[in-house]
Amino acid sequence: MSTSYDAIVVGGGLLGSAVGYGLARQGLRCTILDEGDVAYRAARGNFGLVWVQSKGIGKPIYADWTMGSAERYPEFSTELLDRTGIDTSYSAPGGIHICLNDEEYEDRVEKMSTLTSHQNGRFKHEMLDRKAMLERLPALGPEVVGGSYSPHDGHVSPLYLMRSMQRAFVDLGGEIKNDNRVLDIQKSGDGFSVRTANENFSTARIVLAAGLGNKALAPMVGLEQPVRPVKGQIIVTERQAPFLDMPTTHARQTGEGTIMIGDSHEDIGFDIRSTPQVMQTIANRARRSFPVLSKAKIVRTWGALRVMTPDGLPIYDQSETMPGAFTAACHSGVTLAATHAMVYAKYVADGQLGRELEGLSVRRFDV
Amino acid sequence: MSIDIIIIGAGPAGMSAAITATESGAKVLLLDDQPTPGGQIYRAIEAAGDKQATILGPEYMAGKPLAQNMRSTNIEYVADASVWQVTDEREVGYSSNGQARLVTAPAIILATGAMERPFPIKGWTLPGVMMAGAAQTMLKTSGLAAEGAIFAGCGPLLYLVAHQYLQAGVKIAAIVDTTAKANRLKALPHIPGALRRWDLLSKGQKWQSEIRKSGTRIINNVRALKVLGDTKAEGLSVNAGGTWQNIPSDHIFLHQGVVPNVNLSFAASLDHDWDEQQLCWRPKTDQWCGTSIDGVYVAGDGGGIGGGLAARASGEIAALGSLAKLGLIDTAARDSKAKTARTTLRRELSIRPFLDTWFRPSDDFRVPTDDDAIICRCEELSLKDIRDTIEIGLVGPNQLKSFCRAGMGPCQGRFCGLTVQELIAKQTNRPAADVGYYRLRPPIKPLRLEELANLQIEEDENIKF
Amino acid sequence: MFKRVINDAIADVVFDFEGAKITARSGESVAAALLADDLLSFRQTPVKDLARGPFCMMGVCFDCLMVIDGQPNRQACQVVATSGMKVARQHGAAELNIDQADPA
Repeated sequence: MSTSYDAIVVGGGLLGSAVGYGLARQGLRCTILDEGDVAYRAARGNFGLVWVQSKGIGKPIYADWTMGSAERYPEFSTELLDRTGIDTSYSAPGGIHICLNDEEYEDRVEKMSTLTSHQNGRFKHEMLDRKAMLERLPALGPEVVGGSYSPHDGHVSPLYLMRSMQRAFVDLGGEIKNDNRVLDIQKSGDGFSVRTANENFSTARIVLAAGLGNKALAPMVGLEQPVRPVKGQIIVTERQAPFLDMPTTHARQTGEGTIMIGDSHEDIGFDIRSTPQVMQTIANRARRSFPVLSKAKIVRTWGALRVMTPDGLPIYDQSETMPGAFTAACHSGVTLAATHAMVYAKYVADGQLGRELEGLSVRRFDV
Repeated sequence: MSIDIIIIGAGPAGMSAAITATESGAKVLLLDDQPTPGGQIYRAIEAAGDKQATILGPEYMAGKPLAQNMRSTNIEYVADASVWQVTDEREVGYSSNGQARLVTAPAIILATGAMERPFPIKGWTLPGVMMAGAAQTMLKTSGLAAEGAIFAGCGPLLYLVAHQYLQAGVKIAAIVDTTAKANRLKALPHIPGALRRWDLLSKGQKWQSEIRKSGTRIINNVRALKVLGDTKAEGLSVNAGGTWQNIPSDHIFLHQGVVPNVNLSFAASLDHDWDEQQLCWRPKTDQWCGTSIDGVYVAGDGGGIGGGLAARASGEIAALGSLAKLGLIDTAARDSKAKTARTTLRRELSIRPFLDTWFRPSDDFRVPTDDDAIICRCEELSLKDIRDTIEIGLVGPNQLKSFCRAGMGPCQGRFCGLTVQELIAKQTNRPAADVGYYRLRPPIKPLRLEELANLQIEEDENIKF
Repeated sequence: MFKRVINDAIADVVFDFEGAKITARSGESVAAALLADDLLSFRQTPVKDLARGPFCMMGVCFDCLMVIDGQPNRQACQVVATSGMKVARQHGAAELNIDQADPA
């Protein structure tokens, strides 16, 4: 026998938890199927930026989608706080990208003007010279030549965000089933039957949000999901008294006072070790940006796998051969959480993706 | 100079491994985080004289010739070296004098020893509450003892330190023994196996009877404990046989056994097994102390609790295993040289089933029942905080960690990992072994950002000390 | 309180603890010297502002954190006391800007 649901979300990461919460919020009876304690979890390696100023440069569709989520964040985080009492530490003081030489600065000027051109003035930013940067972030080091500031940017605790979405989901009657790696999905009547290592389920709708696991799962519903792992490494320090008023692309101070420092990209497959050589590079850049960090003590470093698509943009699809099945993949689970819960989940509940997502279908890779 | 073997930890296992390896011509780098060699058991042994011998006894003094021997051989010994990472490519990251280095060798022996098992009762974070091992460390390093202290818990070390206090002429307010009566019956079948170290058991008996004769108050059959006080320890509230009584004291020393210090072996991603008898994790090892990573060995209590003599024996065995792997001795020499050490090791381990069963800490002292007892000392999370988090429906310590920050502070789970694991097991009704442990990340000790930024990556031929 | 039951080491180290002169034995840790001087509370925690003091004395618990020679969050049980050292209690999280001295 199998338990029956209105919707099943496969994957309990940031994407799956946001979609699950969004569906439960629509009144659907829903379960999230997840793996065990030591799955490769992109969510646990997340940096925690709610970030607009680097997303979708040259890709207006992604820039719009990102901006939409950032705009919904205040309402979204308040809603989660009201429902669960969990403060996600969300704040949007604006964010800064630091340039350590003229070349980086010129490149930034160009990128920001591209982003501005996409959105007909909706995207706001300022290019800051060294003096203006120091007014905002007095701890910057002598090598900093300038940077870009955008008022749309902010940050959140990815861990508390995840916890609050899952708590709200459970409080709305949702069920999170761990140790349930999905083995098989079959069309069955108007819906689907889903088999995991431990149980069988039936459901009217299914959303595949299993990150890198989607690659193997998507063909079961007649779709493709060309995702690959990209490793990101992060350093975190002990709690420090407040010194950084707003997040930057490479360093931010969390609500607890710890400082998170990233980021690296290595295209090396499933490998989440922290390598001393890469960590050294990350530490060096952080010290050049903020010399005061030199004496801060690192308590943890880690690598996590990002879910990367061929063009870096999210993929959203609905199955034509198996209506009611959806796939979603992205590496911006934090920034897009508000839109995943408040917009995307509605589309799933309605059984039809919104037209603005047509350009984000996997079909864009067919040439 | 290129290094053949890097040994981490200069306690009994690390020192004897270093001596054995050097005797066969290996170039050894011995890294230790203390200012002087000895580990915890032989802490400050080099400075020990007659007074220490009287108070701390011959087992402690036995470390002195070992340390002298280590000093007299040609070992590159670096004191005050904080090892923060071992990778599966046998790179060792360590810091000394503010400089971080990354060194590589074909063989690495982890001899990181033991630490005391967490004892999470209400008030165990108050100033004045310390582990019994800490009381002993202060005796060894500074000749310090606290007048009128309470010793609470179970295990040989508790009585050893109490006995040492009496030898030093220091009064003890009470010994509060949490050993469960039922353990005795369960331990009986292990007596025959323990007979080879019956001298140890009779020594324990002798300590206990001397303590009793001294008039020291001993409270048995203890079911629950709470430390009294708001800003510092003011006493211990003891439930023995169902009734509560308060014993005033500024100093409370807790102990319920020792467990392998596995932060480095876990962070190096060695395979580990849950040891149900010793209620702890231990790295998987073969007969030469080899682990799941080729060329990485684990010796001493860090590989499972056996005590100082067992640690010395396994240090020799690990060294011989590495030497043969490096081709510095042949397997025949390895096997014959290891004979004495193997005999010692077997004899020393023969008593463990008895000791581990007799002194098995009770469930309620491993997983507290007081809602406001602190579980994670660094992030200041209570039993209630952790229980509420588990309730969301998580399966393991890593999800828990990401949801509430348990284990994310500077101690990196050393004082909450086992408690959290057993708490999840209890609440989700699964065996502790299935629940697993925190996935530990380097650095295993906090490291200044500038040290990482200035990391000196040593090429084989350029190692400077 | 703690007392010296073995007194064979030379007490030739003098360091400063929040303005007071503390005498330590040669080779002993800052934590041991302060405990001998009847100090039990070494810091206030960053989360709940509660008092903590040395607990394990072997470098694994991180409860004896102090500001030593301007560097916050140092393990007092792992630092050997030396003459002229400046030691203070750690209040809450580490302050990045107080770190003026550059200890080698």
